[in-house]
Amino acid sequence: MSMPLSAHSVAEPSQWSKRIASLIVATYAIVAILPLFWIFLTGFKTPPDSIAYPPKILFEPSVEGYVNLFTTRSRQTPEFLASLPAPQTWYERLVRSRNMVIGGPSKVVPRFVNSMVIGFGSTFLAVCFGTVAAYAFSRFRVPLADDLLFFILSTRMMPPIAVAIPIYLMFRNLGLTDTKLGMILLYTAVNVSLAVWLLKGFIDEIPREYEEAAMVDGYTRLQAFFKVVLPQATTGIAATAIFCLIFAWNEYAFAVLLTSGDAQTMPPFIPFIIGEGGQDWPAVAAATTLFFIPILCFTILLRRHLLRGITFGAVRK
Amino acid sequence: MSALAEQAVARTPRRLALRFRGMSDRAIAWLFIAPTLLLLLAINIFPLLWTIQLSFTNYRANRPNAPIKYLGLDNYRDVLTDPEVWHAMQATAHFVLWSIALELVLGFGLALLINRRFRGHSFWTTIILLPMMLSPAVVGNFWTFLLQPQSGLFNSAIALLTGVDPSSFQMIGDVRLAPWSIIMVDTWMWTPYVMLICLAGLRSIPDYIYEAAEVDRASPWRQFWSITLPMVLPFLMLAILFRAIENFKMFDMVNLLTSGGPGSTTEVASITLKREAFEKWRTGYSSALAIILFVTVFGVANIYVKALNRVKQR
Repeated sequence: MSMPLSAHSVAEPSQWSKRIASLIVATYAIVAILPLFWIFLTGFKTPPDSIAYPPKILFEPSVEGYVNLFTTRSRQTPEFLASLPAPQTWYERLVRSRNMVIGGPSKVVPRFVNSMVIGFGSTFLAVCFGTVAAYAFSRFRVPLADDLLFFILSTRMMPPIAVAIPIYLMFRNLGLTDTKLGMILLYTAVNVSLAVWLLKGFIDEIPREYEEAAMVDGYTRLQAFFKVVLPQATTGIAATAIFCLIFAWNEYAFAVLLTSGDAQTMPPFIPFIIGEGGQDWPAVAAATTLFFIPILCFTILLRRHLLRGITFGAVRK
Repeated sequence: MSALAEQAVARTPRRLALRFRGMSDRAIAWLFIAPTLLLLLAINIFPLLWTIQLSFTNYRANRPNAPIKYLGLDNYRDVLTDPEVWHAMQATAHFVLWSIALELVLGFGLALLINRRFRGHSFWTTIILLPMMLSPAVVGNFWTFLLQPQSGLFNSAIALLTGVDPSSFQMIGDVRLAPWSIIMVDTWMWTPYVMLICLAGLRSIPDYIYEAAEVDRASPWRQFWSITLPMVLPFLMLAILFRAIENFKMFDMVNLLTSGGPGSTTEVASITLKREAFEKWRTGYSSALAIILFVTVFGVANIYVKALNRVKQR
């Protein structure tokens, strides 16, 4: 850059303005991340420490929250506790020290498994349907293509509770209430609109010449799709799959209205982790932390495609 | 490509190849679109039509065997004259407008700063993005913990900064503050979303425009109003569109943070809808409300998209 630029040029900011900007941004980031960090810390507090006043910044770490998350316990009289054989494991000892005995495992593992099964199941279906539909919209002259695409998008504009009213009745008639199959189908339908829009963007970016060359060489259209286009679209498909997975993982409105037990996922379960006298905050914080870890990994993996995903492919970098 | 093609032909299962060899592009197009359309017809359109039908009846989902009476437009009249619904619409408008305003100011501001490309900007950006990836329901739930008077982190932080007694105010229990708690949590969660879109807008502006403005001795202020803002405007409008639709539908975070309370101060439209449909079981009435909400979002979004396209073409 040869021309002289003033200190506050937008094109090439001065060192000072950079330093101030980095200071403000870092401050915002730290303040914004503080609630999450606090929840992470709360997972390692004892229940009394978690609701202490003033809030405890320094505390003796404990895994009681995690033990409470994975077990059901009942309070017992000291006489009864004394009559029991000595605790076998470290977590039994911890629970005993609170004058309680372990009744059995809690429901957190089945709920976590439900989240995984429903998340992966619906993602797989949505991505399969979405990829082929996106290819068709990208490469063929589909009559009313724009209207169809807008219709597919508009299904996302309905408030989930509004959709849940008829779905509730439909699932009741079909016996799909509180089943994983029902939730998989529902989440597939919600995610397929995202998948079509995102993947259409990704497939639009693959040059048509690749398939055309393959077809000149004797490929059928379908062979060209499976052997040439799909491998080229792998990154886009993976990014789309992660977005679908995150939606299903985080979804609450449908889950709370349409499931109660067998197919309940983590989001409606976490607020109902109850201890003695209300929510067991260390256990809730532990569940939140475990629930958040996959999302953290995905966010870092997705960093480059994040913008595309959250705007339905409207903004590309 | 030829070698690749031969390899691929060799690898394709023969039966599949034979079955599809003669398929025309047109047939493939429909075959490819059909699963998506069928699924959306079954799980979106059919239920929508059913909702429309129910909205003309007195049906109650908790009494499936009661006789169904057709009421004509009575439910719609009842919804539109219900003061609770109007109250909910006001609460929703307050929530949507303020949260979007705050997210725009903060998000755009952060984007302007991050766009100075200081060292480590990409690390801090990733940190800032985390809240928006979380489940809104889980977020609403743990904010009730952070906003507890006395033991909550938020009240203590405010006490530390301003010197007031941390137990002197309640963010969730107070009629005046509760609407601001949902706005605050939404802003915390979704500012990164607006920021990310603004950042894309800022990066789409070529440097030479600013360089030309420098040559013309335009002040930084002038550069901002005449270059930056107009160029980022389509992106800002897109961010507003997405946030407005999402926040108008907002259910999960608010349901867990305040569940509409105290009283009905934070009862946004989706919470009212849930009360009517799944607590009072007035299925017919709530269907009418659902249709009205959907038509509102759809109508406003349509008008808005037209305006957005006009801005883009400029």
